[in-house]
Parts: sequence; structure tokens; C-alpha cells
Amino acid sequence: MSMTDEPLYPIAVLIDELKNDDIQLRLNSIRRLSTIARALGEERTRKELIPFLSENNDDDDEVLLAMAEELGVFIPYVGGVEHAHVLLPPLETLSTVEETCVREKAVESLCRVGSQMKESDLVEHFIPLVKRLAAGEWFTARVSACGVFHIAYPSAPDTVKTELRSIYTQLCQDDMPMVRRAAATNLGKFAATIESAHLKTDVMSMFDDLTQDEQDSVRLLAVEGCAALGKLLEPQDCVAHILPVIVNFSQDKSWRVRYMVANQLYELCEAVGPEPTRTELVPAYVRLLRDNEAEVRIAAAGKVTKFCRILNPELAIQHILPCVKELSTDSSQHVRSALASVIMGMAPVLGKDATFEHLLPIFLSLLKDEFPDVRLNIISKLDQVNQVIGIDLLSQSLLPAIVELAEDRHWRVRLAIIEYIPLLASQLGVGFFDDKLGALCMQWLQDKVHSIREAAANNVKRLAEEFGPEWAMQHIVPQVLEMINNPHYLYRMTILRAVSLLAPVMGSEITCSKLLPVVMTAAKDRVPNIKFNVAKVLQSLIPIVDQSVVEKTIRPGLVELSEDPDVDVRFFANQALQSIDNVMMSS
Amino acid sequence: MNGGDDEDVVVVAASSGDQSPPLQWRFSQVFGERSAGEEVQPVDMISAIEFDHSGDHLATGDRGGRVVLFERSDAKHSSGGRRDLEETDYSVRHPEFCYKTEFQSHDPAFDYLKSLEIEEKINKIRWCQTANGALFLLSTNDKTIKYWKVQDKKIKKICDINADPSGAVGNGIVANGVPEALRLPVVVTSHESSPVAKCRRVYPHAHDYHINSISINSDGETFISADDLRINLWNLEISNQSFNIVDVKPEKMEDLSEVITAAEFHPTHCNMLAYSSSKGSIRLIDLRQSALCDSHSKLFEEPDAAGSKSFFTEIIASVSDIKFAKEGRYLLSRDYMTLKLWDINMDSGPVSTFQVHEYLKPKLCDLYENDSIFDKFECCISGNGLRAATGSYSNLFRVFGVSPGSTETATLEASRNPMRRHVPVPSRPSKLGSILAGGSESTAGVDGNSSNALDYTTKLLHLAWHPNENLIACAAGNSLYMYCA
Repeated sequence: MSMTDEPLYPIAVLIDELKNDDIQLRLNSIRRLSTIARALGEERTRKELIPFLSENNDDDDEVLLAMAEELGVFIPYVGGVEHAHVLLPPLETLSTVEETCVREKAVESLCRVGSQMKESDLVEHFIPLVKRLAAGEWFTARVSACGVFHIAYPSAPDTVKTELRSIYTQLCQDDMPMVRRAAATNLGKFAATIESAHLKTDVMSMFDDLTQDEQDSVRLLAVEGCAALGKLLEPQDCVAHILPVIVNFSQDKSWRVRYMVANQLYELCEAVGPEPTRTELVPAYVRLLRDNEAEVRIAAAGKVTKFCRILNPELAIQHILPCVKELSTDSSQHVRSALASVIMGMAPVLGKDATFEHLLPIFLSLLKDEFPDVRLNIISKLDQVNQVIGIDLLSQSLLPAIVELAEDRHWRVRLAIIEYIPLLASQLGVGFFDDKLGALCMQWLQDKVHSIREAAANNVKRLAEEFGPEWAMQHIVPQVLEMINNPHYLYRMTILRAVSLLAPVMGSEITCSKLLPVVMTAAKDRVPNIKFNVAKVLQSLIPIVDQSVVEKTIRPGLVELSEDPDVDVRFFANQALQSIDNVMMSS
Repeated sequence: MNGGDDEDVVVVAASSGDQSPPLQWRFSQVFGERSAGEEVQPVDMISAIEFDHSGDHLATGDRGGRVVLFERSDAKHSSGGRRDLEETDYSVRHPEFCYKTEFQSHDPAFDYLKSLEIEEKINKIRWCQTANGALFLLSTNDKTIKYWKVQDKKIKKICDINADPSGAVGNGIVANGVPEALRLPVVVTSHESSPVAKCRRVYPHAHDYHINSISINSDGETFISADDLRINLWNLEISNQSFNIVDVKPEKMEDLSEVITAAEFHPTHCNMLAYSSSKGSIRLIDLRQSALCDSHSKLFEEPDAAGSKSFFTEIIASVSDIKFAKEGRYLLSRDYMTLKLWDINMDSGPVSTFQVHEYLKPKLCDLYENDSIFDKFECCISGNGLRAATGSYSNLFRVFGVSPGSTETATLEASRNPMRRHVPVPSRPSKLGSILAGGSESTAGVDGNSSNALDYTTKLLHLAWHPNENLIACAAGNSLYMYCA
């Protein structure tokens, strides 16, 4: 690893540009710091490059961010793990800057470096760094300190461990809310490294401090710690210490805190076990589902499936389902939308009967919701219900609603339906499809919105794939080809598109006998756009049909188009002709 | 603190009782003083003043979009010398400020969608948490809020580089341009440093109407911005999204009867904020209650005075500024004619009301005609919450004792000689006239008029009270005057 593999001059330029006036050049140099380090060799990297970086850290944020990132993977360039500690000083300074993203990256790199360091080095170099950061004059250093305790703690001697715990306790009570927030965020990580004897005492008292903080922003981060802490504790301790806190939080004055609880609650169920879940957490969750604040209901509704998965079906039906019914007619469309996006997942949890009896009416009402997002969310999860209630029931009860949606005013809803048609078709079978959905598929080809026509053309292809060419020949192709006579050229273009998609699926014979004549007729269209699309389609047909057909039909057609007055038509026709020549040459 | 200053010192309307003694205000400093007959450029007019939390820094913004920073220069360098000790014995040291730096915060812009000019004028400045010795502040014009960092940077020089860009044979490079050995650039740091302002974030496109207030939350991570109809909540770190927390826009704009005039966070409770309206009410909202705070948790309104309604009643009721006192229990509000102190635990009416310029009452019609009635005067409250100040016309401002039972009032003029127009009871115009006539010796053209020609163009709109000293900074046109007591 020295100056052998790379020429010197580019490296010299790279080094100089570490201090260039142009930020892009500096950034480039920092990103290639490993190249510089390789050229300098391990020793000079340790003795010159790293100190140089430590001293020159008043650069722009982008440069500092890149530096923090590079230093995290720099151990090989300073001579391996035994020298890793030389990376700490520059990262320490970077972890005190005022730009959050730089600090976070520096802390991440500190952790990465620290986790590879030898235990003795950690004690000698890393732990003092943690203490320095924690005692920093500015809050920025103290914020960063919170993120590195979990690396330092495991290898600390007992006395130092006690000290580290008490320092963390102080950070939890820092004057600056930013520091307390960082302490709350990192408590779970730190707690995971603390011996269980201290968990119940020291950690719980830190946790208590944070949960009683006067700042909402701190308390709501403490909620996040609940689940993580709960998993570390024995179930009975969790019930004794965490459960009351979370139940309290679920009734906090601040909706933001309740919102966090609604998001986290299901994770705690596993930690406390089934009985406390039934007696404490279910009622708390039910309260959140009926919260005054729509945002809280949105969060709670979004977790309804996850929560039900943990409960047994009876509890879910008895307690949760009534709330779900209420939420399905909630005044806030966002609540209904959140519910619609997860409610399908409840079907497997509740089983067939309960789904049919309780959930299906809710699905149906959500499917008819006035707000398109709600309908969309239901449609996109239909397959989950399928598995539970089977196709018969689904077709009877949901299909009318789906047909209705297929003609929805909002094109995004129609689009979502189209995307599910092949899936539905495969599940419903040919017979059912022909009656109900076939006509719709044709109708979409003449939709007013281009995206729908595009999707419809693709849909036709997927149906042909699903049911085979023979079926398609009977049920799709004639109808599609008929539409080539549509007076509007945009619709004729859609048909050309469908033809080019169908051709590979239908195979050479049908393409030659049915599709190609239609395309050739379209070559005489009065609209140039159609004509150059014909050229494109013909080009796409070349590999599908026989050589003789190409020479007999396609080439003459293209030659004619290549003499068209319109420049674009000539261009695409010539392109297609060229590709014929290419195919000939290669064959 | 020599005897010469005593001329300026006037003992103000001493009241009976055991109040703290009335303050004796004296001129302290002036920046950008106007010389006689000098015309003030509109772009130089100061449009915002704000002290930082420590009181060590002061920022002003002007109509030209510039922000000027001042730094306290009387740093506590108590060397223990005899003179220092004598001085501390003699009287308290007053803060003194010196110019630190200035930067162009906003530039004129044009909204192409609405075909509207966007002025560069700084509407508000708010200081943020200091970190690593760098100063941070938010500044806003009508539409865009910016987050600035001002830091002293050491001047650095780089030498000893590998490849000389000029192509000449540089350090460590042999004649053919190939370096014989790699070396790192050497950076020589000089002892001189200069403050450098850098825009860290821009929070654009969140307001359809003109931003009238910005306020930092005590949680240190969020702030609000308010325009005529909406209040948005931002995270300082995230500039591309904000949450609308208050929206008073009616479905039909014809139904609009009230606009938001000012908004401020509670100084310690991160969940509370107050906003005032053009109808004279102040609403306190609790962010904990719901995500959209269209319903207030408390409403502060002056109980309707029976009878005495006139065409102007509603116009002059419009609140132009609100400020929380340090502890957050009291709230100061300014409307056109009065300064009011509210206790947030008492929503039946203000604790006290102070008449700022009662003598203008007969002139409301004139003031309406020349639009002066829509002037937005700011107010400020002292760090200890005992006194409040607000501005008026003719570059006058008034200081009131707001503690219970205090009758302290003072009228000062933003000039080197603040007391020459001293008006103990300005409710009687005749008295004001006589005092003005006697006291004026100024050469500035606008001064020296008699009271019946009150100068509506020289209005003192912006002023700020030092967070822990009796020091008021106020803007008279393009000049920044400071008074201490």
C-alpha cells in the first residue's frame, strides 16, 4: 500500500484540491481520500493526513459530510484496527458542528470505528471522547455524545460504567431540549448494552425523567423508547414499569404523543404478554381508535391489522371490529384512507366467516367511498380477501362495486382497476370474465385519458397471455381491430399500440392473417402521426413474421412510407427499412 | 457618566407608594445618525429590531433587505482595577454596542405567476439558539424566510502545494511537472478573523399572503410563520415542508372580516402560541389539542365599551404587535391607541391599558385620510416584566411601568436629547405644545414643529428591549438609537 500502483501527479493534484477554492473540487478530493491515503502510505496518513483533516474542519457542510462518511471506513488506510484511534480526533470535531446531518454522519462513523476497536483502545481513547462530548460547552457536542454511549459502555471497567450511566442521566436532564431529545432517541440502544441489574434502576429512572419532560417533543421520543425498553425487560417488569407509562401516554394531553403511542402500541403487546394486553392495551388502543384528533385516528387505523394479528380473533372481533366499523364512516377521508389501506389484511386474521359477516360490508362501503384514495386502497389489496373468502363470494359481492369503479370519474381509480383486471381475470376464470369485464376492457381502449388507453392496450395483451391466443382470437382481436376505424386519430393510435403488443402473444400466423392487414391499411391513413406509428409497428413485427411476409408486404409498405411528404414518417420508415436490412444481414 | 449627562436626566412622574424608583433614561448610543438636512433613502429605513436571548447581540433589518448585526462591546472585563471598582460602586455599567457585520439577506424578487413584486424589506428578525460560537437567526420578508449563520472565520492562507496551477516550478515539483514527493497543503491561519454570514436554509413558497411574524419555539427545533390568514409550523432543519396549523381563510373571500396581525410562541411552553387579529382579539392556542388549531383554547378581548362606537372603532382596535413577557404569564399587545397588558390566566379583559397618544383621538379622521391609522407600531417589555415601551409619531416613544400600582410613564424622543420633549401627561395637547415649543433646538427639519402639526411621517414603529438590562433600542428612520437607564 504505497506509491506504486498510482501515478504521482494526479494524486498531487488531488491533494492540492483538498484546499481548492471550488467546493466541487474539494468535495471530489475528499471523496477520493482513500486514494490519497494509499499514495501517502499508512504512516504518513496517520501522521500527516489525519491531523491535516482534524485542523481543517471549517469547510462547507457538503465537504464535512463527505469527510465524516469517508473517515468511517478509513481504518484500513491508517494501518488497521490497532491504529483506528487516530481517526477519533477528526470525527470528534465533526460530531460537534452545528449542522445536524454532518453530526449524525460523524456519530455514525464514530460508532463504526469504535465497534471495531480493541477493548483496551476503547478504554484509552473512546471513553474519554464520550466524556468530553458529554461535557461539551455547546449542545451540539452533548447531542452527539448520546449516540456513542452504546459503543463505549460494554468495554468500560465497572467504575467507569457507573460514571457513564450517571453522565447519561444528566444528559436526560440537560437544559437544552435538543440534548434531551437525543438522549430519549438513543436510550433504547444504550439500554440494550446495560446489565439487567441496572436496567430496572438507572435506566428506568432515566426513562421516567424523559416521560415526564415538559416538552412534548421529548416525551414523544420517550414513547419510541417504550417498545425498545419493553423488549429488554422481563415481562413482569415491563408490566410494572412500562405499561403504566404507555397507558398514561395514550391519554396524554398532546395529540402528538398519542399519535406516537398509536404507532407504537402493537410492538409493546408482545413485550407485556397476552393478559396485560387484553386488560390494558386493548382498551388503550380502542381509545386511540376513537380519539378526537384525526391524526391520531389515522395512525391508529393504519395499525389495526398489525394489532389484530397479535390478538386472538375473538378479542379482535369483540373490541376492535366495532371501532373499525365506526372508522369506515369517519368524517376524515384520511382516516378512511388509512383504514382502507390495511383493512384487507384483517381478513386472514379473522377467518372466513367473520370476514364475510363483518368485514365484507365494510369493504363494500369503503369501495363506494366518495374519496378516490379510499377506493384505490381497497382495490389494490383485493387479493388478500380472495384467499380467505374465495372467488364465489368475492364475485357476488365485490364485483358490482368493481364494475362501478371501472367507470369511475377519476382516471387514477380507473387505472388502478385496469391494473387488477388480469389478476381478477385469472381468479374469476374465462366464463365469468366474458360476461362482465370483457366489454369494459374494450371501453377503456376508447377512454378519454391517454394513460388509461395505454394501460388498456397493455391489459389486452395480458389477457391474451392469460387465456391464450385462441380465446383472444375469439373475444378480443375482432373487437380491437374494429376500432381502427375510429374517426379520431388518437384512438386509432391506441389500436396500433395494442396490435404491436398483441402480435408477439398471438404468434406469426394470426399476426399475418389478421393484424398485419389492419396495419397496412392504416399506412394509408391521412394523419402523419398514424403513419409513422405504422412504421414503428411494422418494425416491431419484423422478428415475428416470416421473411417472405417481410419482403412481400412490410417492405413495400415501408418503401412507400419512406417517400411520404412528412419528414417524421420518412424517418421512421427508413429506420424500419434499415432494421429489415440488419435482420437480413445477420441471418 | 460625567456630569454632562445630567442635563438629559429627568425624573419621570414619580409616583407615591413603594414601587421601584422610576427610571432615569439617558441617551446611550446612535448608529446611522442623520446629519442635518440629509435625506433618508427609503432602502435605509430600519424595519426590524431584535436582541438575542443573551442580550450580547442586536440585529436590525432594513427596507433594502439588509441585516446589520451589533455586538456588545463592554464585555465583562472586570480586571478588578481601581477604576472598575469605583465604577461599579458608582453606578451600573450600561451595555454598549458596536457594529459587527452586515449582510444582504433578501433581494427584490418577482412573482411571475401573480405578477407581483416581492419587496426585499425585512419584516421580522428572530434569533435562534447559538451553537459553537456561531450566531443563528431567521429573517423574513413578505414571502420567504431565511436561516442565517454568522460566524467569525479566521483568515487562512494556503501555501506549499504540490502542483503550481500557473505551471511554474512550484514546491516539490521537478522541472517536468512531476512532483518528487507528495505533501499536504500547509494552511497558515492568521490571527485576524472576520464575521462571515452564510444562508443555511431558505423556507420558500409557503405563504400566499404577506408574512407578518415569525417566532421560534422553546423546543429549539421548530418555528412558526404567520401571514394574514394562515400560520405555518416549520422544523428548522426541513425547508421543503411546513404544516398549516391555523387557517382563518373563509370559504368565500367576501366573508373575510378578520386577519391575523401577529403571532408568537410562548417563551417556555412549547405547545402554546398566541396570535392577534385585526379585530383586536388575541387567541391562545394549544398545539397539543389538535393538529389543526382553528379553534382557540383561550380568547382575550376587550369587553365591548357601551356606546362610543365610531367608524374608527374597529380600525384602531386592530392589534399591531404582541409580545410575551419573559416568564410567559403576561402578554403585551399594542393597538393603534393603546398598549395593553394581559394575564393569560384572565380572559375577561386586560390587566391594564395604557394610552399611548390619547391626544390623537380628535385627529383620527386625518390619520385615516393619510393612511397613518394603519401604521403598525411594535411594543416591547423589559426582561423583568416591570416596564413596557412602544412607539408613536414624531419619533417619540413611551415607557410605562406595568407592574401593579405603578404609574410610571415616560415619553422620550429618539434623538440625542431624549427628554427635551418630555411630556408627563400627554393627554392634553396644549401642554404638549408648550413643551415642544420650549424644548426644541434641533436643526433637523422635521423637528421643532408645534403639536398641531404632529409629524406623521416620522413614526417610531420598531423598538426592542434588552433582555436583561434597562436598554431600549429603537429605530427612527434609518437611525438606530439606544437609551439606557
